[in-house]
Amino acid sequence: MKRDRLIGAILLVVALSAISGLALITVFIFREGVPIILRVGAGQFFLSTDWEPSLGHFGILSMIGGSLAVTVGAAVIGVVFSLGLAIVLTQFAPPALAAALKPAIELLAGIPSVVYGFVGVVTLVPLIRHSLGGPGLSVLAASIVLGIMILPTITSIAIDALQAVPRSYVEGSIALGATRWQTVTMVLLRAARSGIVAAVILGMGRAIGETMAVIMVAGNALALPHSLLDPVRTLTSNIALEMGYASGDHRQALFATGVTLFVIITLLNTAALAVSRRRAGRRRVG
Amino acid sequence: MPAPRIQVQGFTACFDGKPAVKNLDLEIFPHERLAIIGPASSGKTTFLRSLNRLNDLDPGFTHSGEILRDGKNIYDADVDVAELRRKIGMVYAVPVPLPWSIYDNLVYGLRLAGVRDRATLNERVETALRYAVLWDEVKDRLHEPANVLSGGQQQRLCIARVLVLEPDVLILDEPCSGLDPISTGKIEDALVTLKERHSIVLVTNNTKQAARASDRTAFFLLGDLIEVGPTAQLFTKPTHKRTNDYLVGQFG
Repeated sequence: MKRDRLIGAILLVVALSAISGLALITVFIFREGVPIILRVGAGQFFLSTDWEPSLGHFGILSMIGGSLAVTVGAAVIGVVFSLGLAIVLTQFAPPALAAALKPAIELLAGIPSVVYGFVGVVTLVPLIRHSLGGPGLSVLAASIVLGIMILPTITSIAIDALQAVPRSYVEGSIALGATRWQTVTMVLLRAARSGIVAAVILGMGRAIGETMAVIMVAGNALALPHSLLDPVRTLTSNIALEMGYASGDHRQALFATGVTLFVIITLLNTAALAVSRRRAGRRRVG
Repeated sequence: MPAPRIQVQGFTACFDGKPAVKNLDLEIFPHERLAIIGPASSGKTTFLRSLNRLNDLDPGFTHSGEILRDGKNIYDADVDVAELRRKIGMVYAVPVPLPWSIYDNLVYGLRLAGVRDRATLNERVETALRYAVLWDEVKDRLHEPANVLSGGQQQRLCIARVLVLEPDVLILDEPCSGLDPISTGKIEDALVTLKERHSIVLVTNNTKQAARASDRTAFFLLGDLIEVGPTAQLFTKPTHKRTNDYLVGQFG
């Protein structure tokens, strides 16, 4: 009994130190980042595209735009392929194929992001430059690379969501004269909707936080993108590219960029949690 | 006797090469309630799921022989399976309404069949609910989620959502296995009215239910049809010893 209590106490200390480490990091980022936002003015900081640290101009709108463009692009690509994969693997593929492919997809998540970026630079960027024009380093290239990177996340959560739909729904639907495909679109996807939405949001959270691969293929230009072929700089790239030589206000502005990212990702994760908790809530069809 | 609606001729169904139903010959007539009884793994459910080709979903399923519906083999390559499943409506042991409103459950099959007209949908829904003896209980809350209904109501909803499709044959797989006696009674009552319009095949583990709620009874054992006959006769004077053994509870 006494030993149990001792071990419990030790584990509690370990757990609390991990959590307090996180808490301290959070406090530190906000303490470093928030003052410069207040000094520059929130409107100026978030809504200006003028980022010229040597002149004291700190506007991160182009980076916000870049991050959003790249994330939305990645989500579109990721969702199309992941949902397709999840549907095929759970509904149409022979079980042996599904059993072989699922670990293979999960393996994709283990490849370091710099490798994705490198493959993107070597193959995708020249391909885009030659066939579509522009510098090649672009929103499109970053979206494709990120879309592939978030594929394992979305696919495996979507597979779980689809497998959680009772088999009797599928059989009931088919017995009423639905084809396999009608059953997928009208019953399965609808029943698994909240899980799939959560999967997509989590995938977006990964995409917006990714740094290395994006720096390599996005071009890092400081301007709002006007087309898919324009180069962009994301919030994460901005921090990674400039932290080496930043000091003073500039360094604080980078922390403020981090605060912005932190808030966006927290919001995305909260949304994913909220959606997946709301399962089996109101369900009506128009 | 009128011409049979369904004629099963030398039908064998196998899963992964193992036969579950062997060389079956059986006829289903219009306006009759045919009960199928027999112990576990006697092939009752396999037979039922062969009638609407639901066994096709199992990759290990193979079959030989024929099931003729109005003279045409339902396993022919040119048969529209979706249409077949609308005309041979199935009700499961456990009622599983889809996770939508009562109304959406009822019109799902019709929408799949391409019926869009509101008035037709509403009219078919009301008729089906009346036949399933559920109308009075749900008419004021058709747009509530189906899963708020009680088990017995859900089962009658599942029957109604098949009835809206106006099937020729209604196949029920132990539809009362999870229900209390009052709900069971309501479903058995509904079957009496329903045979006016549909042939009914009722698989049941409850021999008393077969005796109460059928016109003919077939006894299955280990994939073989042992005997089939008018219910009163089969229960009082079974031809085969094994039927008698089952009915008096010596096995199964």
